[in-house]
Amino acid sequence: MRLGQAFCAMLGRDIRLAIRQRGELAQPLVFFAAVATLFPLALGPEPALLERIAPGIIWVAALLAALLPMDRMFRPDYEDGTLEQMLLSPHPASVLALAKVVAHWLTTGVPVILLAPLIALFLQLPMEALPVLLATLALGTPLLSLIGAIGVALTVSLRAGGPLLALLLLPLYVPVLIFAAGAVDRAAAGFPVAGPIYLLAAMLVLALTLAPMAIAASLRISLS
Amino acid sequence: MRDDRVLFEAIGFTLTPGGIIQLEGPNGSGKTTLLRAICGLAPIEGGHVSWCGTPRDEVLDEFLAALTYVGHVPGVKRDLTPRENLATSLALTTMEPAMPADTAFDRVGLDGLADTPLRRLSAGQVRRAALARLLVAPTPLWLLDEPLTALDADGKRVLERLLADHAAAGGMILISTHHPLDLADTGAQRIRLGD
Repeated sequence: MRLGQAFCAMLGRDIRLAIRQRGELAQPLVFFAAVATLFPLALGPEPALLERIAPGIIWVAALLAALLPMDRMFRPDYEDGTLEQMLLSPHPASVLALAKVVAHWLTTGVPVILLAPLIALFLQLPMEALPVLLATLALGTPLLSLIGAIGVALTVSLRAGGPLLALLLLPLYVPVLIFAAGAVDRAAAGFPVAGPIYLLAAMLVLALTLAPMAIAASLRISLS
Repeated sequence: MRDDRVLFEAIGFTLTPGGIIQLEGPNGSGKTTLLRAICGLAPIEGGHVSWCGTPRDEVLDEFLAALTYVGHVPGVKRDLTPRENLATSLALTTMEPAMPADTAFDRVGLDGLADTPLRRLSAGQVRRAALARLLVAPTPLWLLDEPLTALDADGKRVLERLLADHAAAGGMILISTHHPLDLADTGAQRIRLGD
């Protein structure tokens, strides 16, 4: 009961903060749209080519858009001391950290999912692949947030943590990218996609159960 | 230890209900490190911390539930109002509020400012907003790291009264500061580091 209140308080606080800092809320969204729209400008507007590369482009753009604001997950809290307060709470730090990851996903991942159909239309993605694209984004972006949070927790006390964070996270993001973009690709070609979707779902369940503990442990290491 | 440097060794003290211990020492003498080590944020190279006679790590939940730590940086969000910050702090404890938020803001001198975002307040007022947490969730043990930073003469009096009241009610306070504090009638002990 008390733990639930603490979880909601943390979630509510972070969402409220994100709404008060609207500029940062728009940042990943603008980035996602910009990356995805630059490709047709550079490669030419032939529908056949765009249709072929659309799943990959949308997913690479979504991945980079997720990476961009990742550092904001714990760094502001580290700087203003609220991260110390979170770790000194009698509630489990893993649950409070999960609340922060959920808030971060709701404010950075969900807007990207909502914008994705428009980008898919723009890149001539076949209509029958759109539900699969949305399903992979709905399963994949929280996965990116959970994995990313471990990396941020490890690098939060470093002054130049940004480049290191990208280096640390990109290899871990590769499996998500392969299965997600692969699933959309198969859907566009008219093949069954249950396999990669189930695999993404399994990875999300695994990350949901294990990542919060890894995040809490990493934060303790970073703060000591 | 900090960055492989030994800051202090062979230091020992016991804090009993109603007790105040004031840590003194020049910059870099390890006051903050000692406070962080006691609450578990920094590792202890040798030695131990006990809570109610039991090693801290065995009763960590009870210890954390009894602890309020106000660090160097106040631990409040600058984009939120004092009221919102206080509500989050309270939700992170396991306590029922000891007094309404408005009473607490009156006592720390923030009346009328409870709904102004902290970024529009002065450094001293941000400090006061952080101190309001001590009133609303008065856990038995307070660890305060340089709480006088940015506080004016009136803020200092508010803090001294807060400390005296908490000690009189049986609370325990460990406070680091290099400003003189007027705690004459509370029987505060002083420990000097770095000599």
